[in-house]
Amino acid sequence: MTRLLPFPLISLCLLAMWLWLSQSLSLGPILLGSLFALMGGWLLRLLQSDADRVRNPSAIIQLAGLVLIDVIRSNIAVGSIILGGQRNNITSGFVDIPLDLRSRQGLAVLACIITSTPGTLWVNFTRETGVLQLHVLDLVDESEWVERIKGRYERRLLEIFE
Amino acid sequence: MTHAAELPAWAAWCVALLLLLGAGITLIGSLGMLRLDGFYQRAHAPTLGTTLGTAFICGASMLCFSLLASRPLLHEVLILGFVTITTPVTLMLLVRAALFRDTAEGHIDDIVRRAKQTPGDEELR
Amino acid sequence: MSSVVLTWSVVIAQMMLAVAMACAAYRMLVGPRAQDRVLGLDTLYVNAMLMMLTVGIRTGSDVYFEAALVIALLGFVGTVALAKFLMRGEVIE
Repeated sequence: MTRLLPFPLISLCLLAMWLWLSQSLSLGPILLGSLFALMGGWLLRLLQSDADRVRNPSAIIQLAGLVLIDVIRSNIAVGSIILGGQRNNITSGFVDIPLDLRSRQGLAVLACIITSTPGTLWVNFTRETGVLQLHVLDLVDESEWVERIKGRYERRLLEIFE
Repeated sequence: MTHAAELPAWAAWCVALLLLLGAGITLIGSLGMLRLDGFYQRAHAPTLGTTLGTAFICGASMLCFSLLASRPLLHEVLILGFVTITTPVTLMLLVRAALFRDTAEGHIDDIVRRAKQTPGDEELR
Repeated sequence: MSSVVLTWSVVIAQMMLAVAMACAAYRMLVGPRAQDRVLGLDTLYVNAMLMMLTVGIRTGSDVYFEAALVIALLGFVGTVALAKFLMRGEVIE
């Protein structure tokens, strides 16, 4: 069972998504979708993923809401920098942030969050030292960004993935 | 646009609003390609189009086709998910390539020094 | 009334996206450095994908969705390949 279906929940989600996208419940799409769901599970096992060990669903919802608000807010902020006249006054630069997060899935999600909020870019992560290098468009106070990444996102990602 | 008349009035207004918002945000982001200085600042510009711009236009497309077919069609979620997952990869690789090239040519020093600068060595520059 | 609004907003959205594509193309053609050109190409791909979705809404045909998906895929692969080339290929122009 575990060899055939290493990640039952993910496989089930894959099958449901396949059926939804193909908009039918006949035999053909179910067979093809099951095949893809099985193969998805095997692929994840090949990648030695620990994706199934996600806990704390309330933190996921909390984080999703937070990210949605931040995406909208930073879109407005970057838009006003581009359209506004003060664009030559902004200083942008690199910020080094020491992270406690080591889970690969958690880091991948953090990369998506940081890039999806305009104004911050993920540049580099050194696994040995755990230092994340960011590029920030409107860099006023470096410690504020360290506080923001660690307090807003990393704390919740640690709850979810570790 | 013969099918536009088939949409209910509220849906037509919603699709129009979502389209204009999405296209406007994408336009602002691309204007940043012209107006911002330096590569590292400009690298922030496309993220407006890949986040809210794509989200709004995909939402408009989903709403329009779901109502035309009178069943929920969510294919655009694929595009939204794909773009959200791939943008970090492309931008991270590009910025790292740019950093690598700048370091090799020796004019990264002032960029990094400005970032690494602590309040104490302000007068050194 | 509402269908007129929709028709015009699709036209305006397409014009805005066309201007956005022009900005990206300008950055791609003018540079000044190779990474700026690749960034311009990436933005151009994203804008073209959104343009395809808008054309799809305009014509009411879902063929354009697939075109948009293909453009998104090609844009990702192309930009990653070019970024890799900037790292590994020539170092100094």
